[in-house]
Amino acid sequence: MADLSKDTLLDMYRNMVVIRRLEEKSAELYQQGLIGGFLHLYIGQEATGVGAVWALGEDDHVITAYRDHGIAVSIGIEPKYILAEMMGKTTGVSKGKGGSMHLADKDKHFWGGYAIVGGHLPLATGLALRARYKDENFAVLCLMGDGSTNIGYFHESLNMSAVWDLPVVWMIENNQYGMGTAVDRASGETELVKRAVGYGMKEGPRVDGMDVLAVYDATKEALEYAKKNGPILMESLTYRFVGHSMGDPERYRTKEEVHEYQEGDPIRIFGDKLIGEHKVTQEQLDVFDREARDLINEAVEFATNSPNPEFDDLFVDIYS
Amino acid sequence: MKMMTIREAISNALREEMDRDDDVFIMGEEVGVWGGTYAVTRGFYDDYGERRVRDTPISEMAIVGAATGAAMNGLRPVAELMTINFAFVAMDAIVNHAAKVRYMFGGQFTVPLVIRTTTGGGRQLGATHSHSPEAIFAHFPGLYIACPSNAYDAYGMLKASIRDDNPVMFVEHSTLYQKRAEVPVDDPDFMLPIGKSNIAREGSDVTLVSYSKGVHIALEAAEQLEKDGVSAEVVDLRWLRPLDTDLFIESFKKTNRMVVVDEGYPMFGVASEITAQVMDHAFDWMDAPVKRVSAEDAPLPYSRELEQMALPDAEKVVKAVKEIVY
Ligand SMILES: Cc1ncc(C[n+]2csc(CCOP(=O)(O)OP(=O)(O)O)c2C)c(N)n1
Ligand SMILES: [Mg+2]
Repeated sequence: MADLSKDTLLDMYRNMVVIRRLEEKSAELYQQGLIGGFLHLYIGQEATGVGAVWALGEDDHVITAYRDHGIAVSIGIEPKYILAEMMGKTTGVSKGKGGSMHLADKDKHFWGGYAIVGGHLPLATGLALRARYKDENFAVLCLMGDGSTNIGYFHESLNMSAVWDLPVVWMIENNQYGMGTAVDRASGETELVKRAVGYGMKEGPRVDGMDVLAVYDATKEALEYAKKNGPILMESLTYRFVGHSMGDPERYRTKEEVHEYQEGDPIRIFGDKLIGEHKVTQEQLDVFDREARDLINEAVEFATNSPNPEFDDLFVDIYS
Repeated sequence: MKMMTIREAISNALREEMDRDDDVFIMGEEVGVWGGTYAVTRGFYDDYGERRVRDTPISEMAIVGAATGAAMNGLRPVAELMTINFAFVAMDAIVNHAAKVRYMFGGQFTVPLVIRTTTGGGRQLGATHSHSPEAIFAHFPGLYIACPSNAYDAYGMLKASIRDDNPVMFVEHSTLYQKRAEVPVDDPDFMLPIGKSNIAREGSDVTLVSYSKGVHIALEAAEQLEKDGVSAEVVDLRWLRPLDTDLFIESFKKTNRMVVVDEGYPMFGVASEITAQVMDHAFDWMDAPVKRVSAEDAPLPYSRELEQMALPDAEKVVKAVKEIVY
């Protein structure tokens, strides 16, 4: 089990709460027309992102798909730069060129969110190639949705990583659906980690993605394995409590099903654990919640007051 | 200077850049043990080993995608796509990722990537293996497209491409590998500037604009035209992107007539673009309509005779010139 100090546990909890409050606020801003494009929320999946990212060592790297806000927060990007990006401002992490789906921070080893399903998988293979090429000791955590396991990129990227023994932790965030298509309607083999066998790759665990510490432990172990031996495929079993993106009528699942999963809210589960096992009080948790709200409100103010890009910016950063 | 084929020039450029910089490496199908499908990397595997000459599975999406990731993370891959026909499989990796990650993330990433590939018809390989689709890739901002016509250019352009920090599609014509020219191999830092085209032949009556194999067709046509008293200037574009508009416009302002020679299809192609540029920049200098000599608008057939009829040749170019030089 994770040997984490109480302070660290509290920071992880805070991190999860900040994501939740950020997501609720961005939904609000979207409805007001202040955020445009596609907006994919991370509500329900916080334990996966936080557990996985907190397991990263200083030299490790992470890359993910478009559902990337939770990863951005966990890697340490301040919410104000995230919200500014979502609102298309020059102060955004990607200078307003990327939007919600394209957050990144190279200095923090976060190589971005990618909007083409599976498109970032070979990038992860290539990022990891450096470790073997230069004999450096790092691993790349590549998060992806269950839906991305059925595009050719998955096959080619995982196979190549296996042939070259690259240090990649391939982590499927299995939230049971790719848009409206349930895993068993999209994949012949629904235990997605079993795909590893076909690549001669280590079959990793199917971890409880609603338990942040379980995800942390499993990822930590997987990263160590990957650095020493090569790629590993694992799953985090989770669920999104909201639609695929804004305006999803959710005809593919029942309200009852969603409610049932909401009973297992990862933030509440972790909060209860902190209260039960670590002598934390509900009042303390409430303080974190208020602090998170304040942080997000300040972030909205920062983003709102930031300048929009101008015509000339169109042509900046096409080439280096 | 040393006389060598395009194949040797490219091979030399690759070796020199690999010797100069350990971060430069080669990856692709059959680049290693086999020695390269077009024998460009013959001997490399023995000399550099499998760390730097990496055979890949038949995985075009992952070849380009992984090379892009490696480039983002500080390596300088020269990825090979066996032929440009297979680049269609890697279209998303090229267009949505290699070309865009820099822009999309506000300039945080650089992609010092070269994708080497071969283009062109004329070898009876049938419709799927005879494309000349460079224009498609030139459509997208974020990429550079190199299309050398001779050994000197191939050498200088490849070295420049490898040392540049942007993704370059380096497109070699599969029927030109044996063409010879003097190459300045004695200068290890010889490079041709990215996006600069070249006057391959001077003339005064008509401008023939082309690139890659089309330059040889244009030069052959120019010889024939000379016998008929027509002086043709030949502009070798060298790069489709950045497109050196200045040079062919300057030439056009001198000759006032133009034929564009292009092995791609006539619709929405290189010749269409050059023609539009003339309209934009030199309409008042136009003495006759700009003519296009491209491949015929049909898939490339197997039959030798039929395939040759589909492709541009000097005869078609001479005919087009005579329609506008009177
Ligand atoms: C290549 C490609 N095809 C289709 C889409 C449209 N699309 C966006 S998200 C999505 C579902 C992906 O589901 P999953 O990988 O499970 O991720 P999740 O949204 O559940 O996080 C689809 C089909 C796309 N972005 N890219
Ligand atoms: Mg999913």
